[in-house]
Amino acid sequence: MRRAGRGAGTAGVSFDFDRVVVDDVSRHFGRRKALNRISLTCRAGEIVGLLGPNGAGKSTLLSILSTLVAPSTGKVLYGDRTADDGGPALRARLGLLGHDLYLYPELTARENLVFFARLFGLRETSSLVTEALTRANLADRADDAVSGFSRGMRQRLALERALLHQPRLLLLDEPFTGLDDASGQALVARLKGLRDRGSIVIVATHDLDLAEGLLDRLVVLRNGRLLPVAPSSASLRDRYRDTIQAVAPNASTTDGQRGAP
Amino acid sequence: MKDFLRVAWIVMRKDFTVEMRSREIVYTTVFFAASCVLVFAFALVREGRPLEDAAAGILWIAIAFAGTLGLGRTFERERHTETLRALMLAPSDRPAIYVGKLLGMLALLAVVEAVLVPMVGLLFHAPFLASPFWMLALLATGTLGFASVGTLFAAMLVRARSRDVLLPVLLYPITIPVIIAGVRGTAALLQSTPDEPMARFWTALLIFFDVVFVTLSLWTFEPLMTES
Repeated sequence: MRRAGRGAGTAGVSFDFDRVVVDDVSRHFGRRKALNRISLTCRAGEIVGLLGPNGAGKSTLLSILSTLVAPSTGKVLYGDRTADDGGPALRARLGLLGHDLYLYPELTARENLVFFARLFGLRETSSLVTEALTRANLADRADDAVSGFSRGMRQRLALERALLHQPRLLLLDEPFTGLDDASGQALVARLKGLRDRGSIVIVATHDLDLAEGLLDRLVVLRNGRLLPVAPSSASLRDRYRDTIQAVAPNASTTDGQRGAP
Repeated sequence: MKDFLRVAWIVMRKDFTVEMRSREIVYTTVFFAASCVLVFAFALVREGRPLEDAAAGILWIAIAFAGTLGLGRTFERERHTETLRALMLAPSDRPAIYVGKLLGMLALLAVVEAVLVPMVGLLFHAPFLASPFWMLALLATGTLGFASVGTLFAAMLVRARSRDVLLPVLLYPITIPVIIAGVRGTAALLQSTPDEPMARFWTALLIFFDVVFVTLSLWTFEPLMTES
């Protein structure tokens, strides 16, 4: 946990929330419905797995949760406030690791992290960045340009970028891409640590092996709709397969849950 | 306000550092602007005598063309890495990002103009230094007017498929008043006796355009950048 005095500085405005409520959210791109009447609640201290085939709407949902994309209908509540109400103070509590890693290839690993730390108004930037580089196993490459990094190294760096300001809501889109086994396991341990400290973590992934044992709750999307997930003690892979196979293509339920996770 | 300016400064400094590493945009933009002026020089200078009153127009056309190229490349870089989205996630007023990008663009155009003005002066026998204060005022206000709208449009079009075509198509009609004021003001200063009252008038008009364009850009940047 970061020491006191390093938090995101957003002109002194603090904003905290213990749940995120997606309320009947739809999103259209032209005539295509990317999301269709999604309702979902995520609570503090919870890791929610967002699964589904390609094009199911997972990335769109993460973009809406990150406030980058506005829903066509419906609303998202962070605590009891919308994205418009939250503004910069809300963004100070959001972390996003997208498909694209949001890193500047011309800058070094250290310069990238320093830039984002300053952008978020963090204090003690130098030590904060050094710690992050050590956690990412990039201390020895800290002053190398990111353009020379492998995908896995960039992924580790991008994860540290997303976590620098210790977000309350962490949104991860395919976070295991390019990671080797050790890095994948380290990420799993890191996410569990964040959950234990009360963060809300939403992970969209196809890596069911690494996600097994990580997720507190499973949400399955297909064709922009939530599918109901039956409670079961079966493996994540089996539950996902059963959910996809069992439900008609247009089925949808609130929260995508029939009962317990 | 302090936080706003801090973020704008951080974004501008980042753009500067990135550009210093690659030097891609500054080299291509300056080379393109110089090529434009050379082409006009070949066409409009006969036996060492340039066409009368051509210098002012050529200077501003070269600035506009080079500026469009620079705007496109600056935002292409952010699009390629999707880092514009990361900037939009910063916990600050989003117009601060716009101001940071605008400052970077102004710095780039200042470099371009530092090359263009003496070059046009030499090739077209134009006395740009006859009234340096008003020349500088016209260049500064005209560049701000052009870059303020250009930065907004380039950011807005960053995800459009035909952005390279759409940027000039949208930008030039809107910035025509700025270009005209810049050309007329500069032409007034390049006469055998510089007409400073006329240059003052066109500078005042450019300041008016700047206030309108910057205000509108700050006002519309956040809604335009949220994917609604």
